[in-house]
Amino acid sequence: MTLIKDSGRVSGPYNLPDERGHFGPYGGIFVAETLMEPLTELRAAYERYRTDPDFIAELDHDLKHYVGRPSPVYHAARLSREVGGAQIYLKREDLNHTGAHKVNNTVGQALLARRMNKPRIIAETGAGQHGVATATVAARLGLKCIVYMGAVDVERQSLNVYRMKLLGAEVVPVESGSRTLKDALNEALRDWVTHVDDTFYIIGTVAGPHPYPAMVRDFQSVIGREAKQQMRELTGRLPDALVACVGGGSNAIGLFHPFIDDGEVAMYGVEAAGDGIETGRHSAPLSAGRPGVLHGNRTYLMEDEDGEIIETHSISAGLDYPGVGPEHAWLKDSGRATYVGITDAQAMEGFHTLTLTEGIIPALESSHAVAYAIQLAATMRPDQQILVNLSGRGDKDINTIATREGIRL
Amino acid sequence: MSRIQNTFAALRESGRKALIPFLTAGDPTAEFTVPCMHAMVAAGADIIELGIPFSDPMADGPVIQRASERALAHKMSLRKTLALVEAFRRTDTVTPVVLMGYLNPIESLGYRTFVERAREVGVDGALTVDLPPEESGELLPLMLEAGLDPIFLLAPNSGPERVQEMSDLGRGYLYYVSLKGVTGASNLDLDDVERRIRAIKEISSLPVGVGFGVKNAEMAGTIARFADAVVVGSALVSQIEAFQDSPDQAQAQIVDILRAMREAMDASAARDA
Repeated sequence: MTLIKDSGRVSGPYNLPDERGHFGPYGGIFVAETLMEPLTELRAAYERYRTDPDFIAELDHDLKHYVGRPSPVYHAARLSREVGGAQIYLKREDLNHTGAHKVNNTVGQALLARRMNKPRIIAETGAGQHGVATATVAARLGLKCIVYMGAVDVERQSLNVYRMKLLGAEVVPVESGSRTLKDALNEALRDWVTHVDDTFYIIGTVAGPHPYPAMVRDFQSVIGREAKQQMRELTGRLPDALVACVGGGSNAIGLFHPFIDDGEVAMYGVEAAGDGIETGRHSAPLSAGRPGVLHGNRTYLMEDEDGEIIETHSISAGLDYPGVGPEHAWLKDSGRATYVGITDAQAMEGFHTLTLTEGIIPALESSHAVAYAIQLAATMRPDQQILVNLSGRGDKDINTIATREGIRL
Repeated sequence: MSRIQNTFAALRESGRKALIPFLTAGDPTAEFTVPCMHAMVAAGADIIELGIPFSDPMADGPVIQRASERALAHKMSLRKTLALVEAFRRTDTVTPVVLMGYLNPIESLGYRTFVERAREVGVDGALTVDLPPEESGELLPLMLEAGLDPIFLLAPNSGPERVQEMSDLGRGYLYYVSLKGVTGASNLDLDDVERRIRAIKEISSLPVGVGFGVKNAEMAGTIARFADAVVVGSALVSQIEAFQDSPDQAQAQIVDILRAMREAMDASAARDA
């Protein structure tokens, strides 16, 4: 098919998606008929509540008192000195309740679920952070919670599986396909189709059918809104560059979106290059994939020549996904954001460097962003600034890291 | 008139309803598919829905998911599926074949290449599960131009406006998904299905088929009383799964199920006549 490429810079303020969920040729609603009605219902509810003062007040209250927002922006001065280039600042989403940015979105969607009178919550999870964040808000609101998780991920993220169970959620291991995040998403969609009347599906990233990419982005944009103000207070201006890791892309969009119209701020999305883009063993659809349709939206995908989705690889379960949010596809094509790859080995190096220089243990996902920021900073002047979204903390990854380094805990 | 229209016209004339079996192309092997399609026709099938295997069949239950996995294990693809239809057409130029699958393999092949090749090999229609009318603006005109019937799904929660829209855009027949769920689910309420089919037929003059969850001859017979077609998938595919090491046996089981369904459907049609 032909993809219509519009000119890169939009005239006037950025206002995508259109009313049918399209970011240029990407996004949209590609689902079976049974899901059209619940998606219409969700769209209507979201449109209504996103501007509803009571909803906004409750969301703000929860973000402040339950999540612990605003999260600080921290000047990683020692790391910056070591690198000897631009000043590196960290947006500390790792300090949120549950330890990652995921909770910003689940708090919002759970409030929506309650207003829509849906007593049953389902979610998919890869690394388990979104599953934990969903189980957390479900426990708080007294909603039934079922989390679908690929059997492979259940195995490698046993700590988060146990956390979810402690929080009262049912964790369902998914045995179909590659038994990872994409298959968990398939299974969650199947559950939703079967229980559309009483179930709210909390998607954890900026993918899926409209309105999810826009809705999750809006809930995550609190990251960028805060950061903009915090950087102005700290440094008197906006940063020269933003850096965030991209799996589905929710923490990246959350940081980027409020800056899209600030053309002087460069934006870098960091994909998981796994063993290296050239090996084919990676999770970098924007760097090495092509446009296609999966999980309700058109976006860049990792697929074979027949259009079958191929297995991805990353040391970080949270980046191990063959697609990416459609807005990132659009930002890539339009040239507004740049997407780069960081390998497993480079991410590990970034992990250790940040841990040793700043006493901050980052999640493996976020370590990809840290590693790229270190490379980028080295090419910039000391009076320039990079803001990195430190999307999660690394406690959940300690076992993975120890195993990789041959240490038995 | 298209082959699908012809089929329904002939059935109406003889007071019978269409039996539409589904199988996944290349499940369990590429060699199994075409002989099985012929055997299905001999057992009383009027139209065949041939599934294009996909790695992520989101609307399908476990039985058809595993069929896709078996087919993909030996690299079945949309291209090869089209080649199977071509082989089928060498000896059967009458029975309509409808491809059923997900959009990505079609998008990957290219819309134009897909419709041209489908027409060449003798495909009659295509049902793309994850392509609702809202997103079909590019593919639909190409299909219509090539004489390929776009078949749309209707669900229990599709409102009257959507039924009207599908009826206007669709050709061949409408496929009513008999339950909120995935293929092969078991909670089918036939009274409710009947009410829904009657409501759809108030709006649309297209034939209406019922699928998702049709398990046995008795259900097929009941559905044939009020619908124009009965679609059966998981009940047949589960036989392929059970007898994947002995394809003859799998085919024999499928033939038995279809014969029994045919008989039950014809009997209920005769009773009503």
